[in-house]
Amino acid sequence: MDKQVKIYALSTCIYCQNTKAFFRQNGVSYECVDVDLLDEAEKTATLREIRKLVPSIAFPTILIGDEIVQGYKPDVLRKLLNL
Amino acid sequence: MTADQLFEALKNTQEPKGYFFNPDREHVFRLLNSLLLNKARYSYMACPCRLAANDRGWDMDILCPCIYRDPDVKEFGRCYCGLYVSADWLAGKIANQYVPERRSVDKLFRDF
Repeated sequence: MDKQVKIYALSTCIYCQNTKAFFRQNGVSYECVDVDLLDEAEKTATLREIRKLVPSIAFPTILIGDEIVQGYKPDVLRKLLNL
Repeated sequence: MTADQLFEALKNTQEPKGYFFNPDREHVFRLLNSLLLNKARYSYMACPCRLAANDRGWDMDILCPCIYRDPDVKEFGRCYCGLYVSADWLAGKIANQYVPERRSVDKLFRDF
């Protein structure tokens, strides 16, 4: 079964854009939250959500099943997604 | 201001200080355009790879070039978002690697 993939991103972040492009090029469906485009209440709630997952908040923060990846790391993504 | 104008302006001021643009020109111009977008959104050039608070005073540390550039370039040969690199990085003496976030997470949890 395909792992669930979610990315917390910033719309202006190049590495976030590269990660989304990587998913598209590899046919990986994913959920994306562009945190900078949220309203203030959603932004704060989302940051708290991320912080529960990982102590240091950086973008992109990528969830692949139970695994968390921070930064654009294509080799790690390939391994976790069995590509 | 256009990305080309910003490129020339920054190149002239930063290179003499030992901070060179990443040779990946596409990467650089995507970042410059993001800086201009943040300038339009927040009235200051917040780092495109960090979440701005829409408060210039609060975000003084991530106004590009951010205060983390110097230690990041010293340690990794490039800054967090890959806009600036060192001469050694350019010469291939330092491998390209992920730069972890140096900014305290507390900066993200003020009361918005």
